[in-house]
Order: sequence, then C-alpha cells, then structure tokens
Amino acid sequence: MPTKPDTATTENRERSATVLDLDQLAVHFQLQGNALSRLLGLKGRVVKAVDGVSLRLARGEVLGVVGESGSGKTTLGRALLGLAPTSSGSITYQSADRGPRVVSEMRGAELRGLRTDLQMVFQDPHAALNPSMTIEEAVGHPLVIHGMAQGPELKRRVEEALDKVGLSPTERFLTKLPSDLSGGQKQRAVIARAIILDPEVLVADEPVSMLDMSVRAKILQLMLDLKRDLGLTYVYITHDLATAKYFCDRIAIMYLGRVVEIGPTEEIFDHPRHPYTKALLAAIPEPDPEKMLPRNLPRGEIPDAAEPPLGCSFHPRCPEAVRGCGWESRDLRALVEEHWTRSDTAFDDEQQILGDLEHLDAPSTTATLGSGGSSAVRGILDRIKGEDPDEPLWSGVTSIEDTGPGVTVHFEKAGPPALRRAGGVDVACVLYPDETSDRDEA
Amino acid sequence: MTVVEHSAHEDDGPVLEARDLRVWYATDRGPVRAVDGVSFQIRRGEILGLVGESGCGKSTLGRGLIGLLPDGSARDGELEFQGLDLLHLSAREQRDLRGTDLAMIFQEPLTRLNPLMRISEHFEETLRTHEKGISKDEVRRRSLEVLRVMGIPPTRYRAYPHEFSGGMRQRLMIALALVLRPAFVVADEPTTALDVLVEAQIIRILHDLRREYDTSLLLITHNLGIIAEACDRVAVMYAGEIVEIGDATAVFSHPKHPYTRELLRSTISLSTTGLNYIDGAPPDLVEPPSGCHFHPRCPDAMRICAERDPVDRDHGDGHRAACWAADLSDGLSLSEDERAPLEREEIAVADEA
Repeated sequence: MPTKPDTATTENRERSATVLDLDQLAVHFQLQGNALSRLLGLKGRVVKAVDGVSLRLARGEVLGVVGESGSGKTTLGRALLGLAPTSSGSITYQSADRGPRVVSEMRGAELRGLRTDLQMVFQDPHAALNPSMTIEEAVGHPLVIHGMAQGPELKRRVEEALDKVGLSPTERFLTKLPSDLSGGQKQRAVIARAIILDPEVLVADEPVSMLDMSVRAKILQLMLDLKRDLGLTYVYITHDLATAKYFCDRIAIMYLGRVVEIGPTEEIFDHPRHPYTKALLAAIPEPDPEKMLPRNLPRGEIPDAAEPPLGCSFHPRCPEAVRGCGWESRDLRALVEEHWTRSDTAFDDEQQILGDLEHLDAPSTTATLGSGGSSAVRGILDRIKGEDPDEPLWSGVTSIEDTGPGVTVHFEKAGPPALRRAGGVDVACVLYPDETSDRDEA
Repeated sequence: MTVVEHSAHEDDGPVLEARDLRVWYATDRGPVRAVDGVSFQIRRGEILGLVGESGCGKSTLGRGLIGLLPDGSARDGELEFQGLDLLHLSAREQRDLRGTDLAMIFQEPLTRLNPLMRISEHFEETLRTHEKGISKDEVRRRSLEVLRVMGIPPTRYRAYPHEFSGGMRQRLMIALALVLRPAFVVADEPTTALDVLVEAQIIRILHDLRREYDTSLLLITHNLGIIAEACDRVAVMYAGEIVEIGDATAVFSHPKHPYTRELLRSTISLSTTGLNYIDGAPPDLVEPPSGCHFHPRCPDAMRICAERDPVDRDHGDGHRAACWAADLSDGLSLSEDERAPLEREEIAVADEA
C-alpha cells in the first residue's frame, strides 16, 4: 500500500527557502453596471475575489488552498501565475537559480518566460486539452512555444514526460486524440504537459474533482510521486478537505477572498479553530453509516462577493457567532424570512405590518423597518426573539427606537477580524484573542 | 407530524419492483447493455441509494424507471409500480403517471428551471398541468407549504430562478417535484454541483422527506458518503448489473462483493491513511466480459469467475450479492480447478477510468 512519503518533505523543509511570497495580494474585478452607467462612465460594483492575502510558499511543500466555490481560491491560483491581474499587493517568485522576480509586475513576454518555472494543472481535463491536437502535439506544445526543443529531441522529451505520468507504452498514446482517452488518462496528459518544461511550482486547481472516485487516488499518488522525483512545490486548490488532509503539508482555508485559517495540516484537522473550518470538516459525508452529519451545520450559502457581509464575512452562517461579529440589516431580513418558513400562518398577517423588506439589502448597521405601527413591529420582533432567544444577532443590537410607523434597529459596528496567532495556526476570528498586537487591522 | 419509520411499512407491498429489467441502447456497433437484468424493490418511504462508477448504468436505470429514455432505447423485463405494469402502458398513460406519481430531481437545477418564469409560475404550470381547474389560492397555498418545508421563505415566491443561489435552486427543484406528492422520486446526483456545506443541507432535506411526504426515493450518486448518510438500503451497480444490494449498514460494514469492498477502500475520506484504487476501467457495455463482469479487475478472481455468471444470492436479511467468492466463503463447494486464482492479464497503469 503506498503511503505518504514524508522523508522528502522534511528534508526540503530544512532548506525552507521561500519560493513564492504573497504580500497583501488583492485581485479585484470591476463589474460593469447597466448600459446607462456604462455610457456615463460610472463605476460599477467591485468584486473582491482575493482581498489581502499574505502567505509564503516554502520550497518543496504542498500548500492546500481550501474553500467553497466563490471563496476566491481559483483566482488566487491564477494570480500566482499572472493569469489574473493583481490589483494591489505583490507576488514575488524566488527561483532557485535566477533570484527574486515580482510576478505581479510582469507583463507579456516576461510573464510568458515565467511559465517555464510555474505551471498549472486545470480542473477539467476534458476542456484543458485541445480536441484537435494529438497527445504528442499537446504535451510537446510548451517546448515548441518556448523554442526549447524540436524534431527528434522534442519527441524524446514528450515520450519521457508521458513515461513519467504513467502513459506507457508511450506509442499507444502519442497519436491519440483527447477524445480517445478516459478522464484519468486525460488528466495524466495534462500533468505531462505541465511538467515537460521542468517547472519548480505546480498550481493544481481541483485536479481530481472531475474524476471518478476509483481514479482520484491514482492521480494523487502520481502527483506525490512526481513531487518526490522532480522536487516540485505544489499549490493544491480544492474544495475537498479529505484529499487535502492526505495530500498537503500546510492548509489555508479561504472564505470570500480572505484566508480565515492557515497552519500545518495536522493542527488544522486535529484542532480546527475557525468555525468555518469546523463546519467544513463536519460536513464531509463519511462512508460510515454509524457517523451521521451534525444537525447544527451553517445555514445559507456563500454570499455575494460584490457586497460581502459587514464585519466577519462568515458571521451570517456561523454557528458560533457572538456579539462582535458585525451584525447588520441583511441579517435581520434573513432572520425574519427564516421565521416565516417556520409557520405558515404568521406570514400573511406579519408581512402587512413589517412591509417591504427589500431596502434592508443595502448593508448598514441601522435597519429601519415596519409600516404597521411601532408597537406591532416590536411585537413581531419580540415573537421572533422568543422563538430562539440564543440567536446571536440580538446580542449585536445596541438599541431599538421607534421611528414613524416602524422601528429602527441599531447594530454594533465591527470590522473584519485580522489573522491572529492561536496555537499552532493563524486564524481570523474574534473568538480568539489577539496574542500579538502588532498584527492588527491589515 | 410524526416520523414515519420505514420498518412500519414492511408488511405493505413494495411501491416499485423491477424484475430482470433491461435497458439497451442501439449504437452502430450493436446494442449497449446499459442496464442488463436488474431486480430490486423499493418500499414505501424508503430511500434506496444507487452507487457505482461513471458509465455503469446508474443514470440509465434511474431514467428507465421513470420512462424518460431517449429514442433508440428499449426496456424489457418486468417493472411494477403500485400494481401497474409500467412496461405495458401506453405512452399517454405513462405521461399521466409522470409528475403525479413518478418524479425526477435532476443534477443541474439551473438548466431545468425556465429563466423567464417566476417561481410562482413554475408551480402554477406544474399544478395546472396535472390538476385541471385548481384555484389560484389553492396553487399558492400548496406551493408555499412545500417551499416552507424546503426552507425557502414565502417572500421569494415571485422571484426568478437567477435570483436564487445554487443550493436554493436545488431546493426549488425538490419542491417542484414534491408539490404533486409523487409516490416515487428518482434523484440523479442531486448534490454533485454543490459545495460541501450546501450538499450537507440537501442531504438532510432528502433524508427528512419521509417525515412530511411518504415518498420513496432512489438516490443516484457516486459518493459513498452520501449513501451512508441518507439511505436505508444501497444497491451497488457495475457494468449494467446490480452486484450487491442490502441494508446500508450491512453493505458498508460487511461488503460481500469485492467491487463494493474496493470501491469503499478507494474512497478518500477523513480517515484515509493510504491511497487505494481499483485497477483498470469499467468495461465496454457493447461486449461486456464473460462470466462475472468484474473479473478482469477483481483481486479475488477465480477461474470460475471468467467462465460462469455468478448467481444473485441472498446472504441473509435481504443482503444479496452476485459473486462466486462470496458464495465460496458461505460454504458453496467449488472444484479445485474452479477455485484456482485466475491468471489475470496485466492491466497497464494507464488503463483506467
């Protein structure tokens, strides 16, 4: 049974040189507004796909970047290779022989030259290969683009790469088109294409999530073997904590563009600290009928990155949320609507009193609602509070005052929590007191 | 509302029963035996999981049960639903059953919802098609009720599909399937496109369905974790056949068929300490291997496995498996020659799925 080769990693850790250094990296995308605002040149909304990520990738390590879709993990991976534009902050690449280079400032040909050192394995092997190129052409293409080999030398190196990824005997695959191969074989070809330039760092974006269960383990094993044989450094982007646990030395958990917890794999799995990490771990369905999923999993889904929640981005879903998490108007709307899904009689009467809730969608720490009289609105809020007095939203309410036909609810203001040291990891959560004060608000 | 235990229905007849059901597709190379002689029952309020690698015929079986097959395919064998012989109904009679009695939940809800129709209109259309003359108030009352069970607030009733998140859309699909209170629902990979936290929410909803709806569910998935979480019984499919079926706990803790065992071993879960995999790929269903279809990949294969079809046998408590090795360990006597390990052809590393 193949097991995790840990000798290679400890050896590499001793060298512990940084390969990639991310400093407050941000990737923001400008959304185009409607036709009129574009005509007037107004600025649309901004999606902060990656928002202030700082981390170091050590030579020879496997760093897992884990999060749900919409967490910004893929954008982060693409930014590492210069495939997504850096809005602010920097990415510095320290190559073994050429010294530091700033990826985030590279353009054009310079950026293309970087591809001999940094390569990517894509999620969908069916889409990552040109359907009209044979495997020989596709795998050898990087060498042709960079003018590094031609003729018999090109063919020799393609065969060598195919051998390395297990597509042997190579003559069986050289002339095949991607459509002739199975999913696992295609992913092997994609990996062959990524390693043919002999890169130092491989960014693997969900390399096994499109594959069948029975081949996932094989492809992961291949990647571990290649890392050992070729001395690669991996950034492994995934939503699957189970494979990350097996595959990675260090794990960064991302949520809505930010790293919320980062640390050594064992520490993250043995003592998850951020409530989001805990939830992700608890939600993995295990193939064991004795273990059932817990009932108190986070509600809702990852919010819109163009208008993230105030305070900690995770607080609307957080099962451990407390007073200082940054409660706001949208949370109040969600709470009222959730109350309406609990009983079918309340809705018709109460909607009249509360009136339209649409305006609560504008994020604010004050929420004015109600049209049927202050005391009636207070009555409904009290009823909702009575259903679940432990709901943490109420602890974040500083005051409720009467305004016209309704009430105004004031919430306590809070900023997003910064990463702070807790045990062996860094975590961005108000539940953990800041051990070092100099890392405040970044 | 009381929890309906499926054990309470054990005396009832099955809601759906397939006997030697076959679904074949016509291709240029000959018929593809996508489903090749499967037999099973589903009781009222029961969730049966159907698991297997891609291309083993799970989706075809699911669609075959509902009758949603493409042109050029044919069903044969016996398929009985609440006493009705489904394979000998006219096209019209079949269509009348779909929706009201037989329903399907698809993998990608966004492609199944009409982007130009409000959620309310989806419900109106569904209810009006099957129950002519239903009043507008009744449509609203029934729709809001099922939406409430799915956790969708009534304020979203007039919204459009694009205004919902992925998990909410899947809840809408489930609500649309359930508003007519069908007796049997097929859910084909309902959580594959979703994130792990949302997936857990949907699994929970499916698992709790029988509390409010007395629906039997066939849950098709490739994720063994989901089966363990949501299902009462599980059927393992390989190359068009059900190779093992039984109580989920029994199948997972004591798999009889080597394919089930290897599938469980190759699943990467939090308790994984080593990587395991099944060599080779599922066979071509135009010309499946002789004998047991799994024998070319089976680590336990004996000579008899390549020559004679294994018999589908009950190993106690309705735990059925079709495997010579399982029969052997249960005391079936085989000759020395039949028992000899099969000399397998070498499977190249790259011959994989």
